Formats: sequence, structure tokens, C-alpha cells
Amino acid sequence: MLDTLLPILIAGALALAVVGAWRRVRLWRQGRPAPVSLLKGLAAIPRRYLVDLHHVVARDKMISNTHVATAGGFVAAAVLMVLVHGLGLAEGILGWVLLAASATMFAGSCFVARRRRNPPARLSKGPWMRLPKSLMAFSLSTFAITLPAVGLLPEDFGSWILALVLSAVLVWGLGEMFFGMTWGGPMKHAFAGALHLAFHRRPDRFSTKEGGEGRSTGLKALNLDDHEAPLGVETPSDFTWNQLLGFDACVQCGRCEAVCPAFAAGQPLNPKKLIQDMVVGMAGGSDAEYAGSPYPGKPVGEHEGSADGPIVARQGKALVDADTLWSCTTCRACVEECPMMIEHVDAIVDMRRFMTLEHGNTPNKGAEVLDNLIATDNPGGFDPGARMHWAADLALPLMADRGEAEVLLWLGDGAYDMRNQRTLRSLVKVLRAADVDFAVLGDEERDSGDVARRLGDEATFQSLAKRNIATLSKYRFKRIVTCDPHSFHVLGNEYGELGGEYEVRHHSTFIAELYDAGKLAFAPWKGGRVTYHDPCYLGRYNGEFEAPRNVLKALGIEVAEMERSGFRSRCCGGGGGAAITDVPGKQRIPDMRMGDVGETGADMVAVGCPQCTAMLEGVVDSTAEVRDIAELVANALVEAPASAGDRSQAQGPQAVEVS
Amino acid sequence: MPPDIQAPKRRASTTPVLDVVALVSVGRHPVTGRGRRADLDARGVELALSLPEAQTRLVHAGRYDADSEQALRGYLGMGFKDLTLLEQPAGSDVSVALGEALEDWGPQLVIAGERAEQGEGSGMLAYLLAERLGWPLVQGLAAIEEVSQGVATVLQALPRGQRRRLKVRLPAIVTVDSAAPAARQSAFGPARRGECQSLTVDACKDEALSSWTMQPARKRPKRLKIVKAASARDRFKAAAAKAEGGGGQVLSDVTPDEGAEAIYKLLKDEGVLR
Repeated sequence: MLDTLLPILIAGALALAVVGAWRRVRLWRQGRPAPVSLLKGLAAIPRRYLVDLHHVVARDKMISNTHVATAGGFVAAAVLMVLVHGLGLAEGILGWVLLAASATMFAGSCFVARRRRNPPARLSKGPWMRLPKSLMAFSLSTFAITLPAVGLLPEDFGSWILALVLSAVLVWGLGEMFFGMTWGGPMKHAFAGALHLAFHRRPDRFSTKEGGEGRSTGLKALNLDDHEAPLGVETPSDFTWNQLLGFDACVQCGRCEAVCPAFAAGQPLNPKKLIQDMVVGMAGGSDAEYAGSPYPGKPVGEHEGSADGPIVARQGKALVDADTLWSCTTCRACVEECPMMIEHVDAIVDMRRFMTLEHGNTPNKGAEVLDNLIATDNPGGFDPGARMHWAADLALPLMADRGEAEVLLWLGDGAYDMRNQRTLRSLVKVLRAADVDFAVLGDEERDSGDVARRLGDEATFQSLAKRNIATLSKYRFKRIVTCDPHSFHVLGNEYGELGGEYEVRHHSTFIAELYDAGKLAFAPWKGGRVTYHDPCYLGRYNGEFEAPRNVLKALGIEVAEMERSGFRSRCCGGGGGAAITDVPGKQRIPDMRMGDVGETGADMVAVGCPQCTAMLEGVVDSTAEVRDIAELVANALVEAPASAGDRSQAQGPQAVEVS
Repeated sequence: MPPDIQAPKRRASTTPVLDVVALVSVGRHPVTGRGRRADLDARGVELALSLPEAQTRLVHAGRYDADSEQALRGYLGMGFKDLTLLEQPAGSDVSVALGEALEDWGPQLVIAGERAEQGEGSGMLAYLLAERLGWPLVQGLAAIEEVSQGVATVLQALPRGQRRRLKVRLPAIVTVDSAAPAARQSAFGPARRGECQSLTVDACKDEALSSWTMQPARKRPKRLKIVKAASARDRFKAAAAKAEGGGGQVLSDVTPDEGAEAIYKLLKDEGVLR
């Protein structure tokens, strides 16, 4: 009896899956067009899955092994099942391989079940709780129906009741795995996830065989010349179709939630819920079905939306509240952790763009900062002619006088900030000690546009960027060096799209290079325990984790690493204009970070970012001092050894001016 | 969030629509001197937007070029579809053109900033218009509380945070003080879409202005404020103090003759009349 039933069941499940897939694709196609290369993308799936995605999943060994067994077993079993039972090709080795595949899948699903016994808070419950049972139903029934096919059991084993029960279990398994995959069950992640890998909006973020590291973090520019083009995202259908596809790929593992600083601080943001809300909006409906952690302080079930309805309402509630979107510090911790390669930050900035450019609703100090940027080219509203006052006694060489220099020192808006002026003075001292040929733009420099862009004001960003690019094009220099990772990121990764290609170095990278070239010598470190805080825009955005640590090592400092450091570093709370929009939470993000510092027992935290310095130094009763790497280096400077490169001959510490 | 004020519609309900004209000028940023929406005028527009039944028309009289357009679009970005422009060459007396236009339109309420951020900046425009139209004028508003049955209840800003509630019969002209609520953010999208609709009007040359010689203001030494206050309260009062006339008196329930006598005496004392 099974012989006739099986092909029908399998064909039916596949047919339903195809219908579901077509419906799902139609949901995604509600989005705006985005050009992708179809065949190249599909061909790239295996590598992107096996290398890039697995690289992320493998950070949790248990889960990665579980997934390899379950998913690998399923894919093999599904294909073989069609061949063996659907087309009746049971002869030879195929049946045996199918047995092995379903057994592997069953072993994997046991681990899935174990993880679901006491699931951590970040995992979604609801339909996800039945997934291990469905996986077992599929693998076990597949195993059982294959036994007669390979001859381990007689064809007519058991009664018709057994056959019926087996068929029922198989229908459950097929339903979850084939039907649910395209009709919106938990297995949807496999279907949408694979296509998302193929048609990702940032193909550059995947590694290549030729050794490309795969990094793409710069925001994409709005086309402001086209007056018909929408300014940001108002409704779910304003996203590009492959962004919608990305949202649909979410597997609700909650890794983003676990690392989100805003969520930890009790601000009303949960990256996982945000992505699920976008899925709800795309399909239309309310968020009542969502079975994970809510936005802190916002109960589930009160928001609803549709593909062409507003995401954020001008009044009342829609799909998402505005303060959710303004809580994000754009630290990219969620993107870094996401095994499905979803781009949360892009989506948030897209929605912010609409709120700022169309609604004029940048909260708190946002509007004032943007007005200042428009009127004075700096967020503080200071006189552009006062930009160099901090260096009145330093006689810094100006590009306007020199015309060219090897290094253009980009000061950033920290030039107006008394705390950061100490860092800048230290950096100048280091550059002079190493005989670097550098010059500054002086009053010709403007804000890089980082804050404006992340507050959604693409118009002001592009205006600042274009004027900066015009200024920079007047001068000749080999590279730009800056102590501000935000300027570093914007100049290096976001000006390119507007016509400004530069080689940009963070000052820690540049100091490390100078030290390696033997141009700097340091007195031995005499201070206490030091830890290092990775700025998001240096680390996760630009992959620079080593240079700052190398500089600290050269200073004789052994870094006491925080639990969350490197690519998992926790944000200081100052990125993405979060310090300006200042959405209230239960605690402050910099307080939590200084708590991390305290846990290492360090009495000093080295940083490499003016924002981080300001945020961390603003923590009351902190146990550690905050020093920029440039300050530590400047304080340790001694005369460079006579023979460059041989540091062992360096004399003992000499009296050094402490600026 | 602000309501969608893009398209104020005439409602068929019993509450009549209030016709408001907001006079807007090209401002000048105090630090960089860049063109912008003038702060006080923008506050005036914000007041107009806060009136539930108002149908507001933005009006600018003056030169029209790329710079001034950029600044005027700042007002459109507060959520307006268009702005009426009475184009005037440099050196015109815009009060004449504005007066004619207002007579023509017959709005019930005209809102303007107390003074412009550039040009003459004398703050006289509202007075000249009031004189020409014969309308009452209330200066230095902090808020418009209510408009009903042709009477507006307004709050006038006085020094040290004091307020005076006044009732004024419409049509009237009001000017806005810096104590009024700050203007909403100007959004790029509506600012770019909005249209500046130019009306051709006669220009009247400002004869007085042409006989003046203009020069940039000299920076003068500022007298240091010596705070002698002993208590925190006194120091706060000194810090929050606005310039205020020493004397002055409020006359109420006096005959017109007594009133005229008092004003005549004051003008004599101040040396306005000799």
C-alpha cells in the first residue's frame, strides 16, 4: 500500500511547497526593485553558506554541529526520498544512503530537542517548540519507510494499521519540512535564507576564494537628484525586495537580542522583534503571534501594519514606534552575530531617513544638531573659524599653505571638545616625534557627516560630504590619518559612492606602523592594569582589532581583555546619534560597559574614539580611568634609538613633556 | 508627532476657518551668517500651525534668488505646499506691497516675527502694516490661547517669564517673541517639493533707505555685568533679566484726554517731541 501512497504524498507535498514558494516570492516582490545577478547569486550559495554563514554559526560549536547533522541530513534525505520513494529508484546504494541521511538527521534533531528543553530567553518559542518533534517525525518515518525498500524488512511487514500510522507521521514530517518551508513555518528560514544568501543586498560582505575578507559596512546613498525617488522607507514595501527577503530569512535565534546594547539597557529595541515586525508588515497583520522577547516596556500584540501601510505612524501606533528605531546605536553587534546575514542597521537607518527627511521628527536634540550641521558644519553650532583654537600654540602646518603632505591629519569635530583636544595634542606630539610629514585642513575641515547620516538626514550628509570631497581634491596627500573612527569609516567607506576615494588610517593603525618602522620608542609601562575597549566603528565596521592591541603591547601593556571584546565588543552607547536622541531605558549603556571594564580589574581603559571617551568618561563613580591610545603613546615617548628598528638599545626613560 | 498639515481643507462644519497669514523673512545665522529661516518668523509659523482651525498662508516680500529660496524652503519644510512670494527688488519698502496684498486678501490674523535678522531689522514692519490697515497690533506674543467669535486670546511675553493675557478683536496683527515655542524641524522632503508662487506686485522704492549709508556694525566693548547679588535667587534673577524700562505705568479706565495727556508727557520726557 505504501508503494502507491508514497509517491502521491511526496508529489503532493512538493506541489504545495511550490505553490507556497510562489506566494512567498510574491510577498518579497512587493519591495522596490534591486538589481541582482541571478545565476551568479545562485551559484554563490554553497560557498556563502559553507564558509561565511558557517563561520558565524560555528561560534557556538554545539549548535553548529547540531545544524550540520540536522540540515545536512535533511537535504540529503529530502533529495534521496524523492529519488527512492517518489521515482522508485531504490536499487543499489541509494536506499542505504537515505537510511544514513535520515539517521543523521534524527541524531541532530535529538540535540535540537535537548536545546528546546530549557531554551534561553533569546530563543523564540511558539511554533519553534514543535520543530524538534517535526524533525523527528520526518527523519524517523523516512527511516522506517526506507527499511523495506532496501530489503531490511519484508515488503509487507506489519499490518495496514502500521502503514497508516507511519503515513500519518510522514505527513506531519512532510508538512513541516516541505509545506511549512514555503508557507511560513519555522522551516521558512531554510528557503528564504538560501535565497537571501544568493541575492544579498551586500554581495561584498561575503569572502571570496581569492582571499577577499568580505566586509561591506558603509551605508548606501539615497539618490537625491531624482525628485521622484522616495526619501527612505515609509512602508514595508519601500524596502528593496531583497531586504524583505532578508527579513523573511530570520530564524529567530535571538543572537542579535543577546548582544544588543539597547536591549540590555532596557531601551525599547529588540533587533529580532524588529525584523519579525517587518515580516508581519510585509505579510500584513498584527504582531500578536510573535513568541519571543518583546521590545522592553512594550507589550506584544498592540501593533499592526501592512505592506503599504506606514511603519511608524505620525500619531498613534502602527507597526513600530519611533523610539524603537531611535534606540539603535548602529553598533552592528546584531549584524555581526546574525547567522542569516540580515542587515538590521541598514533597515533602521532607512526608516530613520523617512522620519527625518519627510516627517521632520528627529527626537530630542536631533533637530538642533542637524540645524547646527547645516548652519555651522559642526554638530555643536560652534564658529567654523574657531576650529583650530585648540592648536593656537602648535603651529600646525595647514594644507592651504603647503598644498601637499604625506599625511593629512583629519581632526574631526573633537577639535571643539576640550577632552578630545588633549587626545589631538598627544597625537600631534607623536606625529612630530616620528618626523611624519603631515598637515591639517584647519578651518576648511567640516564634520564628516557621520551623525547627520545616522540620524537619517541624508541630504545634510551628502552636502557635507560633497563639500569635504571638493576641499580634499584641492590637495595632494598619500593618506588620511584620524583619531575618530566615525570619520575614518565615513571617509574610507562612504565617501567613495560620492566620488571621494581615500586611503584612511586610524591613528592606532598609523602609530603601529610607525612603531614597526622603528620611528617611535617608548619608556617601559609603569601603570596598572589596562583593558582595551574596541570602538564599533573601528572594529566591527572596519575589522581593525589588532593594531590598537599591538600598540599597547609595544607600550609594554598586557591587555586584560573584557569578556566582550574584539568583534563582540559592547558599544559605548555613543554611536548612531544615540547620545543625541537619548531614548530612556532602565540603565545607561556606558554604565554597563564600565561595568565590563570593572570586571577585568583594570584601573585604566584604553580607547581609540572621541565618542567612546566621552561616553565612558561620563560614567559616575567608575573604577577605571579613560585614556586614548594617543595619550598613552605620547606619555611614554622617549628619544628614538639611533639605529632605527633596533629597539633594544633604547635608553631608559627620559623626562618627557606631558601635554 | 505633528499631524499631517500638508493640506488644510476648508471644513463644512460650523467652526469657521481662520484665515492666517504668516509673514516670513530670510534669516541670517548669528555665527556663520548663512541664510536660514528666521528664528522668530519660524516661531510665528509654529504658532499658526498650533491653531486648530487655521488655514495658514506663508508670505514673503523681498528679493528672490538662489540663497533666499534656500532659506524660504526652510519654512516649506515645516509642512507647507506653497509659499506666496511678493517679489521686490533690493531697496524696496516691502511694507507697501505687503499692505496692498493684505488689504486684498483680508485675512483675520497676521503673524510676524518681532524683527528681521538682517536688513533694517527695525521691527517697524508690523507697525507700518497696522497703521495702514487700521488693525490692532499686539507685540511680543508667547502663545495664542484661543480664537473664538472674532476675538483672539493671546499671551504676551514680559520680562522674567511673566505673561500678560490679552484679548484682541480680529483682524489683527501680532508679532512673536522668542518666548514662543520653538519651531518644529524643517524636513527636507516637503521643503524640496514645496513651491514658491510669485505674485507680480508693484515695488515702492524706499526713499529714506536710499539716502542712508550702510556699514558693517562695529564690535563694541560690552559692559561687564557686575553681579552684586548675595543669594542664588538674586543671581538667577540677574541672569534671567531682560532689558526693561525703569519707569512706565499702566493706565486703565482713564478718559481719552487723560490718556493723551500722559502719552504727550512721556514723549516730551523721552525727547521724542520737543
